[in-house]
This record gives sequence, C-alpha cells and structure tokens, in this order.
Amino acid sequence: MIKIFKIVWQWLDDRLGISVLLSPMKHIAPQDSKWWYVFGSATLVAFIVQVASGVALAFSYISSSSQAYETLLFITNNAPFGRFLRGLHYYGASAMVLMIGAHMAQTFLFGAYKFPREMTWTTGILLLAFTLGMGFTGQLLRWDSTAAWSVVVAAEQAGRIPIIGDWVARFILGGNTIGGATLSRFFAIHVFVLPGIMFAFIGLHLWLVLRHGISEPPVAGKPVDPATYRAEYEELLKKSGKPFWPDLAWRDVIVVTGLIIAIAVAAFFVGPPALDKPPDPSILAADPRPDWYLLWYFALLALIPAKIEGYVMIGFPILIGLLLLFVPIWNHKGERAASRRPWAIAVVCLSVIMIGGLWWEGQQSPWSPNFEAQPLSEKVVGATSGPVFKGGQLFHDKGCLNCHLIQGLGGRRGPDLTYIADTLTRDNMVIRIVNGGTNMPAFGPSLKPGELDDLVAFLETRKRPLRPQDRSPIAENQIFQ
Amino acid sequence: MNTNLTESSSAPLAETPEEISRRRFFEKLSIALVGLCTAIVGVPLVGFIVAPFFRKLPEKWVTIGKPDDFQIGKTVAVTVIDPSSLPWAGVTAKSAVWLRRVSQDSFIAFSVNCTHLGCPVRWLEGAELFMCPCHGGVYYDDGTVAAGPPPRPLFRYDVRVENGEVQMRQAIVPISTTL
Repeated sequence: MIKIFKIVWQWLDDRLGISVLLSPMKHIAPQDSKWWYVFGSATLVAFIVQVASGVALAFSYISSSSQAYETLLFITNNAPFGRFLRGLHYYGASAMVLMIGAHMAQTFLFGAYKFPREMTWTTGILLLAFTLGMGFTGQLLRWDSTAAWSVVVAAEQAGRIPIIGDWVARFILGGNTIGGATLSRFFAIHVFVLPGIMFAFIGLHLWLVLRHGISEPPVAGKPVDPATYRAEYEELLKKSGKPFWPDLAWRDVIVVTGLIIAIAVAAFFVGPPALDKPPDPSILAADPRPDWYLLWYFALLALIPAKIEGYVMIGFPILIGLLLLFVPIWNHKGERAASRRPWAIAVVCLSVIMIGGLWWEGQQSPWSPNFEAQPLSEKVVGATSGPVFKGGQLFHDKGCLNCHLIQGLGGRRGPDLTYIADTLTRDNMVIRIVNGGTNMPAFGPSLKPGELDDLVAFLETRKRPLRPQDRSPIAENQIFQ
Repeated sequence: MNTNLTESSSAPLAETPEEISRRRFFEKLSIALVGLCTAIVGVPLVGFIVAPFFRKLPEKWVTIGKPDDFQIGKTVAVTVIDPSSLPWAGVTAKSAVWLRRVSQDSFIAFSVNCTHLGCPVRWLEGAELFMCPCHGGVYYDDGTVAAGPPPRPLFRYDVRVENGEVQMRQAIVPISTTL
C-alpha cells in the first residue's frame, strides 16, 4: 500500500512539480528570526480564513439591495454553522487588521524596510490599504441600517475631493441615491476586485521576501551599508542560516494555531455583530459608525476644528499613505536597531496612543447627543411642583438633556451642569440660554414666556451640597430662620 | 538541454535588414492588436462601471400626501418612494424628508442628510432643533446651522401643491462639496 502511494506521489510530483513548488518553504533564513517574526504568517493565515469563510458565506448571501438583509438573517439564525461563519469572518477581519499592524510595527522597529527590502515594505503598505478597504466594504455588505447610512457617509466624504468629488460620490452610491445598484457594487469590489488585487500583491510580497531574504534581527552599531549588505547577509546565511521549514516555521505554526483558536472561540461564544434595523433609508433613528478598525478616524473627524475638516478628511489619509510608502526611500540605510533609533520607538508609541485614544473617544462619542435621555425624576429635580419642577421638565423637553449631564443623566456633548449654579450667576445663565454659546444653539426664539424663568430656576438649584464643615454658624442660623 | 536553449535564444542573431523590418512589423502589429483587444473588452467594461457618473436624474415630482395630512406648524418625517428605482431595490427605494406645513398652501421639505457627513438628522419637537447623531451637528428649525461641524444649512427640496396633492421634486442624497 505504501509502495503504491509512493509510486503515485512520485508520478504526480514529477508531472506537477509539487516539490519544486514547495521548495521556497525551505529557503535559508537567519536562525535568530524567532518570535518577533511570526506576524507576517499570522496575517497571511487570517487572510486565508477570510477567503475560506467568505466563500462559504457567498453560498447563501444574495448581493441584492432588497434581499441581502433577509439572507443575513437566514445565515445568522437558520443556516447550520451560519452564525459561527459570520463570526469567523468578522473576527478574522479583526485579527487580520491587528496582525498586519503588529507586522508593520515590528518591521519598522527592526528597520527591516531598509536596503534592499524597500519594495517589500511598500507592497506591505499597499496591502494594509487594501485590507482596510476590505474591512470597510465588508461592513457595508452587512446590509442593515448602519451599513446603508455608512454608504451615504462614504459618499459624503468622497464628495469633499476637489473637482471629481461629486462623481466619486455618485459612483459609490451607484446613482443619485441609495438603491438597487448600491450593494452589488460593493459586493463586486469586496469579493472580486480587492481580493484579486490582494492575491497579486501577496504573491509579489512573498516573492520579494524570498528574493531579498528574511531580514536578520538588527544589531546596535551595525548599520546597513548598501555597498556591503548583500555580501554580509549571504555570509550570515552560509554561517548560521537555517531552512525556514521546519526549523523556523514551527513558531509561526504555534502562533497561527493560537490565532485560529482565538478567532473560533470569539466567533462561537461572542458571535457576529448583531444586525441593526433593515437597510431602509426612511428609518431615521440610525446611528451609523464604522467598525472598530476605522472608528478612530471617525473620532478624528469629530474632534478636529470644522474649518480644516475638509482638508483633513482628504489630506490626512493621503499624507499618512505617502509617508508610509516613502519611509524606505529617504531612510534606506544606517542603523536598524530600535535602541539607536529612538524616534522610531516614539513614532510607533505615538501612533498606538493616538489610534487607541481616538478609538476610545469614538467608543464614547461624547460629541453625539443622547437621544435616549429620559425625563429627570422628581428626586433628581428636587421638586414636585412650581418653577423648579417645570424647569426640570423643560430641561428634558427642550433638548438640554440630550447634550448636558445632570447627576450622571443625559448627554455628554456639552458641559456637565450638575453643579452649574456654583459657577454661573443667574444673569450668565440667561445670557447663555438666550444667545447660545460655543457649540450651543440659541434658545431665545424658541422659549415661550415664563419658560426661561423656569429653566433658570431649575438650574439655580444645581449646587454642590454644603459639607458640615463648610457651614458657618451664621449660615446655619440663616437657614433655620 | 534547457541551458542550451536559453543560450541560443539570448545569443545575438545575424539579421538581414528584411528580417529586422519583418520582425519590427510583427512586433508593432502584435502590440496594436493587443491594444485593440483591450479596447474592445475594456471600453464597454469601464463604461458599464462608471455609468452612474453620467446617469441623469429625471426631474420627477413625487406625491407625498394630501395637504390635510399635515398640520400647520408641525414638522414630520415623510417617506418618499424613488419612482426611478431599480426593480430589486426593495426597501432601499425608500427615502425620507422632514416636511413642515408652514401655512395653508406652503410647505418646506428639508433633506434628512446632515450636511457634515450625510447622517440622518432627527427633529426634536420640543427643542425645535434638528440634531445629528454622528458628530453632533445641530440645526435651527429653518435648517440653519446652530452648532457642531456642519458646513452649511440643511438642503431643501422643492415642494408644491398640485391637483390637491403635496408633491416634491425627487429626493437625492445632497453631496456637500465644500473644498
């Protein structure tokens, strides 16, 4: 039996060249390439998970604006393993973004983008852009209310591009508004166009890894000199190189196994993101926001001054993209060790802090009004009748509570007014309410006679309670009188 | 054997002027034919994909109700069905506008799209404000910007009362090209 198997294998191997095809797996790599070098493999495997789970989902998903939502409900609630597969696809995407980020940070900190691997880095940056494009288009294929409104947001953002913005926006919408042509357009981009380009670039990226070799871990005081680097690298491989498979690849396999288990566990126990309401653009109670990997950019657009927003919206991604693409062009030689490149550590740390901080702000979205704010209770208002009670009701009815907090209730868009009477006088309150202020509407025209007095009466009771030690005997006497 | 083939193919060939001319001709012919094939397949393909750029919106008036369906002074969300939608558009053929009956025969229709990034603004009846959930844009009842990042007032659609029906010009997503 084994003999027959061997004969069949030898015949197939001779005719198909399988061994030759797999021989790059045994390329010689520096033996010190250890745990820091696993992120590229992990990214590739996450991509394979995406392709496999995506193909499976496509067996049931219908890319029609009218039916996609129903097929997603079917996949999630009825199809065997459907919920798990949707989860796999979602967490696989998250894993791919995380791994590509880690791979990029490691390559940058190790100076592995320097000579002769400049184009390996550049193709990697393009793959990052395609991955984010896949993430965004993938979110839109989750064709619910959030997805439909996200298309509008994307079109509006594209509309800011000078000269061609309006055309690009119409291209994204598939016409003048969301409709039958919108979803199939993103389906084609997500399933055919971007994956096709990614396959080509992954092939090129891997070819470049083989062509220039896996970079050796950097050594402080041993800068890259393009004139001598290749000879030194060859010498290093001859002296201490090891075949990638299996001597070095086992670490990759361990990490990849952990990654797959983590994705599967999240998919099984946490499940895919819940579907929002149907993609009906006449449902206006929608709050579109991107998935976590683009939430930081969403937050950035909320926090920058409105005057420069249009420029940032278009210019920031272009600037970051160009910076990343051209890093190895102006910095292709010299020290590789992070210990001799403190600015490299600073760039990575600042990027992580910035993205993390903006992501956190995006999660909180303090700039968004709280539409769920409920009327304040009598206990919070501190009265059951009279001007203070009426003012407390008006505080909700006039929308003040959508943007301001009272004892932890309400919105966070404006200042917390729990103790506003400690800082503003009655006159200041009146001026602020009537005329508005920075980022606050003027309520003067919309308040009926008496409503302003009631509102101010309520706000004047918003004082920090006096502690016993703050109460002077005179004040105590006045209270009791 | 392969090495010999490679060597012989890379060796300089002794070409006569006729051979050179013939070779150049076939080279140019092949490139031209490849270009032609690319154009035959590519032009319709690109045209098909970018067609939405050039699709002109028919100037259609859509009936959204009768005047008596709306109270004077009230602002309500009205669902509009896109009359030129594709048959498979489903619920995406719907859109909405904020409609206010100002007087007996006068109506204002505001776009529901925030001029900042297009998110759906909500009307707060008591506050008489439009508010956007995305980045906190706020508009007064006349659609002018009250607070937040919107660069311009809410767009308005043309509305008319014709043959006892309230009609508005077809709703499209207004694109704020501010740069």
